[in-house]
Parts: sequence; structure tokens; C-alpha cells
Amino acid sequence: MAFVCNWCTYAGADLTGTSRLRYAQNVRIIRFPCTGRIDFLLLQQTLAKGADGIIVSGCHPNDCHYTSGNFHARRRWMVFRQMLENLGVEADRVIFSWVSAAEGAKWADLVNETVESIRKLGPYQKYKDMAKSLEEWEVTHE
Amino acid sequence: MNKLKERAKELLTSGTVQVVVGYEKGTGERIRPAFITRPEDADRLVFDAGCHHNLALYLYKHETKHLGKIAVVAPPFVLRSILILTTEFQIEENRLIVLGVTPGDELIEFGSFSEIETWVNQHPVEMKEKDREILKQLSAMNSGERWKFWQNEFLKCIKCFACRGACPMCSCFRCTVDYNNPQWISVGSHQLGNFDWHLMRAMHLAGRCSVCGQCGEACPMDIPVHLLSFQLNEDILRMFGSRAGLTLKKESLLSSFKPSDVENFIR
Repeated sequence: MAFVCNWCTYAGADLTGTSRLRYAQNVRIIRFPCTGRIDFLLLQQTLAKGADGIIVSGCHPNDCHYTSGNFHARRRWMVFRQMLENLGVEADRVIFSWVSAAEGAKWADLVNETVESIRKLGPYQKYKDMAKSLEEWEVTHE
Repeated sequence: MNKLKERAKELLTSGTVQVVVGYEKGTGERIRPAFITRPEDADRLVFDAGCHHNLALYLYKHETKHLGKIAVVAPPFVLRSILILTTEFQIEENRLIVLGVTPGDELIEFGSFSEIETWVNQHPVEMKEKDREILKQLSAMNSGERWKFWQNEFLKCIKCFACRGACPMCSCFRCTVDYNNPQWISVGSHQLGNFDWHLMRAMHLAGRCSVCGQCGEACPMDIPVHLLSFQLNEDILRMFGSRAGLTLKKESLLSSFKPSDVENFIR
């Protein structure tokens, strides 16, 4: 699952396509107006819904379309990643990156590397097991 | 303590304030928050080491605010909470009189909030020995062990939201967990719902926790929820060099940024 910003990484991924670069197909891209919009609850939900890895990507610092959205996002990621680590979540499954609109090749590399590293880690069974508790709860509370 | 009672009586008689928020003896050995509106009731006020409630909680609530001007009995952790709430526009300086009390039974009346700022900076807070011990163990653990530790703790959670109720920083009229469309956090107290709730709560308190430990104190299942925030607080100090509740500057951690913030994980 990839959360990307409209102005840089989404355009960058577009460039990857128009450059006819091949990359791993098991990534689903979701476009956001800005990385500043990507709430940590979205990442939380993504893991709970069974994703094994997440890419979050946006404009390089100082290149934000809205001037400072990515700076705010960076702070939030720093805190969120630390929080995940404190709770014992495998923080390596959430990959953060800056990919600009001109970096089509970097996007391809990023996705390939991420898919490879997540494959090495395998399915995130621990989280999935935890998420199963919701289904069980829903069944017993119908 | 007598000085505190006298001062409270004085403030109420002269009409300077309409309510004094403090502590009184509850049932048994317990201490409970007290709302004194008549001068003759001021004798009920007590203060000792057992007074642990964070009274900053009541300063922005409609029920106390509509009584008029408030005076509050404020041990150090309430002082820090007051500063945070002021930076978040929840408390107005001219509607509050702060009666600072220290464990040494001193009464300090603060003329202005900037005096509070100076005072809390001169008197840093110490974590409890027990909390420090657990935090030390936690940081020595590896990721899997930490996961196990917190999963075991969250298993006990019954989603009573006492941690939210006891925290003065949880000042939202409607909490994210109360939204059901979309429903971010499942309301049931199952593993995922509990985990999501505690992760969200800690994230929403990031850089705002005044380290009073009331959330953990309030927990009926004895989950050390306060340690999530305490630990994150230490990390934030390491990453950004700032602690919440020590300044009146109106920029909270996550609503501000520095171009020079340093991380090591963004590719």
C-alpha cells in the first residue's frame, strides 16, 4: 500500500509509467493532496486491514506545493515511528521516502526495494492475528 | 495548609473568585476534587501528598466556567498542565487565579502565567521510581518483547475511557474514538480495538503530556498507560529537545516544525 502526495510522488510514479519502467505490481497507490494530509490513523487502519508493508512518500523538504506540509508530516512521522517502536510494532514495514516528480526511476527502485524487503520479512502475522479479534468480536456481538 | 484555607476564604468573601477548585477528604482515606463556592466551606480544603487528581481538567469545563472566575489549588503537575492548556487557548489568564502548592506545604500565589513558566522551569519534575524502573526494562527489550508486554497489558483494557476522562489534555468535545462514520477505532474492547485506542491516545498526546500520570492512576485495570506518554516524552526530548508544559510559546510539537529536524529513516 502506498500513500503518496499528488504533486511530487504521484507525478513521479506517472513519469515511471510514461518512461516505460517496469516495477513490482503489488503496490496500490493512493493519492493525497499532500503528505501533511496523511493521518497516522490511516496507517494504523492499513496495517489492521492486513497490509504487510506501507510506503509513504511525498515532496522533498522545501519542495512542498503547500510550502510546509511535508515538514509537518516529517515531524509526525518521526513521532509516529517512535511510537510504533515503543509498542513493539515492526517499524521497518512502514517505509518513508521523498520522491519528486522528476524521479521516476527512484520510485521504481523504491517500490522494488520495499517489496523485496517486505517479502523477506514475510506476512505480518502478529498484526493480522491481532486484527482477527475484531472479526471475532463482530460475530459475537451481532 | 491553613494559609491555603485562609486565602481561599479571602478570595471567596471578597468576590474575587466565585469558585475555588481544590481537594477535600472523600470517603475512607480517599481524596477527591472539591468545588468550593461559599467562604464557610473553605475549611474543607486539604492538601497533602495524596492529592493526585489533575485539577486542570476542570478549568475549561462548562460546569465550572459558568460559575464565574476560578481559583485553583495547583501542585506542580497542575501548573504544567495549565501552561499547556493556555498555549492551546483552553484557559484565559484573566479568568483564573493560581494558588500554587508545593509538597513542602508552601503557598505561592502566581501573579501571572509567565511567573508559573519561570517557576516550573526552576523545579524540574522527577518520575516515580517504579515508573522509571519499568521504562528502563522496556527500553532494554527488543521489539518482539515490547509487543508482548503491551499486548498483555492491553488485554486487560475494558475500554472504560477513564484514562481519557482523567487527562486534562483530552479537551476535545468529541473524541476520535466516539466517531462512528467513519469509525477509526473499533469500540469493542478486543485486542485490535484496545491497541488502536491506546496508540491513538498516545499519538494525540504527543508533545502535550504534562507527565502527571493521572491516566495510569485512573485505570481500574492497572494498565500503566501513562508510560506510553512518558516514554514518548523522553523520545521527543531526545529528538526535538523540548518538553511540554514548560513554556507559554504558542506552538505545540506537531503543529510546528523546523526545517532542520533530523531523522534517519526517510529514503
